Amino acid sequence: MQRSRVTRRRFLKTSAAAAGLVAGAPYIKAGHSAGTLSLGVWDHWVPGANAVLEGICTDWGAANNVEVRVDFITSIGNKLLLTAQAETRAETGHDVYSVPLWLASMFANSLEPMDDVMAEAISQNGEPASVVKDLTHFDGVWRAVPAPTGSLTYAQASRIDLFAQHAGIDLQAMFPANGQRDAALVDSWTYDAFLDAAGKLHAAGHAFGAPIAVTPDATQWLAMIFTGFGAVMIDEDGEIRVDSDETRAALEYLARLVPNMPEGVYAWDDAGNNRWLISGTGSCIFNPPSAWAVAKRDNPDVAAQIWYHDTPKGPMGRFRPTAPFFWGAWNFSENITAAKDLLLHMNSAQVVTQMLKASQGFDLPLYPKWHTTNTVWDDATPPDGVLHNYPILGDEIQMVPGLPAPPSMASQITTQGLFPNLVARVTQAGDSFDDAISWAENELEGYQRG
Amino acid sequence: MATLTTAEAKATVSPQGGGLKRFLKKKSTVGVLMCAPLLAVIIGLVAYPAAYSMFLATLNKAETKFVGFDNFLFLFKRDTFWMVVQQSITFALIAVFFKALIGLIAAHAVKVLPAKGQRKWRGMLLIPWVIPPALGTLGWWWLFEPTYSSINWLLQEFAMPAIPWLSDRFWARFSVILVNVWFGAPFFLIMYLAALKSIPEDLYEAAAIDGANAWQKLVHITLPMMRNIIAITVLFSIIVTLANFDIVRVLTRGGPSDSTHLFATYAFRVGIESGDIPLGASVSLFMFPVLAVLAFIILHNVRKRAMEI
Repeated sequence: MQRSRVTRRRFLKTSAAAAGLVAGAPYIKAGHSAGTLSLGVWDHWVPGANAVLEGICTDWGAANNVEVRVDFITSIGNKLLLTAQAETRAETGHDVYSVPLWLASMFANSLEPMDDVMAEAISQNGEPASVVKDLTHFDGVWRAVPAPTGSLTYAQASRIDLFAQHAGIDLQAMFPANGQRDAALVDSWTYDAFLDAAGKLHAAGHAFGAPIAVTPDATQWLAMIFTGFGAVMIDEDGEIRVDSDETRAALEYLARLVPNMPEGVYAWDDAGNNRWLISGTGSCIFNPPSAWAVAKRDNPDVAAQIWYHDTPKGPMGRFRPTAPFFWGAWNFSENITAAKDLLLHMNSAQVVTQMLKASQGFDLPLYPKWHTTNTVWDDATPPDGVLHNYPILGDEIQMVPGLPAPPSMASQITTQGLFPNLVARVTQAGDSFDDAISWAENELEGYQRG
Repeated sequence: MATLTTAEAKATVSPQGGGLKRFLKKKSTVGVLMCAPLLAVIIGLVAYPAAYSMFLATLNKAETKFVGFDNFLFLFKRDTFWMVVQQSITFALIAVFFKALIGLIAAHAVKVLPAKGQRKWRGMLLIPWVIPPALGTLGWWWLFEPTYSSINWLLQEFAMPAIPWLSDRFWARFSVILVNVWFGAPFFLIMYLAALKSIPEDLYEAAAIDGANAWQKLVHITLPMMRNIIAITVLFSIIVTLANFDIVRVLTRGGPSDSTHLFATYAFRVGIESGDIPLGASVSLFMFPVLAVLAFIILHNVRKRAMEI
């Protein structure tokens, strides 16, 4: 058999021809040369929002010659977290990934620095909410950027008719949709007023409902109550501070509030409070507008009576629990330049406005500038103005459960459900305040482990 | 044509090729080769993960430093961990006891059925065991749903109070055990049925002639004859029940206030959800030495009894 041999002369000829071909080809931007970019992003609660996000990403890909693939990953059952764990351990998977709340701190070592993207995004959109820095800026490095969709807060969603009928409270007068708030009326919406209303509504068979189980929704609303009393679990220096008069005051308050809630709250998941309100039995919950959006589809009569408004005010102020969403790029991604290009694009006003409409106002962008430049919340109906008060308009302070503890400890306060477990020990298991606080101290010691 | 002598024939075969042929023809070689796929599976899916998790359990939280047994010593100081230990052991003992009891009763009931219908009953009774646990538990979750439980709806139809199946500590533990028994009892049934059928009828006939009643037959014939199978099934079930994950995960997620956590679900909470993989590995390995000793003792006794027989 004749064997073909590559001679030295033929090799030189072929190499020269190939070099000439490459030199004559058009320049391809580095960010687009990788070819594909895969995204693992949060599966939105609001019907239809995913399709819009996918369209935005693939349009960007088509315009920039990048093949974009978007995988929607549910947060139910912590799948978003599980997938992140799997991808970071295997160092393979998506290029861009959703890292809501404390995930950026948990995976900081696997996230590409985003200082350049954030600098550009801030120059375009202004300073983001302070919680953005708390949750993504570690040791002087930005590890993620605000996501174009998903960020939410836990406003109070209440039934207009039930509050008026059973608690004598006119929510639309207290938190009107025209921006003309009566300061005295708003000031009257305190923890005591809420407790009083909760008692009356419970007696009328329309209790306030919120989970007291290890779920994000439970941690958020309970952390709000504790923060309203000034209670801190671990301070910014990492010292345990749970054993305090403020913690006891919060537990005392919850011991009076919880008997006015449904018995099943100790086993509710994140959908439990939504179902409670949508069914028509519940009178109020703490939630983003997904409950209203689903009620519009499944129970329009109830949806027409829902009103979103400020949370009650505690002795230390009025706090709005928040769950910010971020996107980051894994440092094992082979397309980091393209990923950064996309992340910057997703922080543009045009994209965020599109996603606000698609999410029917569920999203609350992390750049405050966009709260006043969008009308999606004013346009939401029925009833007219239902979401007007969803963006923070008054004296509410955005808060994140776990803060001011250092990120590694604050994340565990959230993931291990310290707040719901502490409260359940008092309100369900019958532990004394001292015993429950002693248990919490022991738990918190565990979170300090390095 | 000259014929070759045996010595010459041996000499014509190349020493290397002949050696390989002989090696391949050996029974032990064939045995090893045929076991190779199974060995690969065991090494890849059992030995390696086990060794890796032991290695992980000796690292610090950031997985950058060897800390020996520090993770275990750290766990010993955690109240919640000891609660999980207590719950796991209680859960396993109660669940295995009822699975064995129900399995034994059901096996006797099926054994006395006419041969014609026995197969149908056997098949039906095995259904819980063959349903994927996560799926079956989801069905139970709907029955126990904290606000709209269908069982409670039925109870209330009969003017009975609703039961907080998943939201009360006692009832949540009860529900988790109940679902575990529902899944596991058919395994005992099938094992015990096979054991019952292997007991010679002569023994029962002889006992009947001696005037033994049903209880005496059970205590003096059935149980002693089934001792080995009972020991093995109980051992196997304790190991599997202690490692249970899916029922608790789907039904209660460890709540209310951590009162239904087992080793696996607590390890998941600490290791995966809270990002402390070494501590999670330590939780999951905690029972390993205890179970290893238990398995050694039970299997040793089984072997001893088998030798006696």
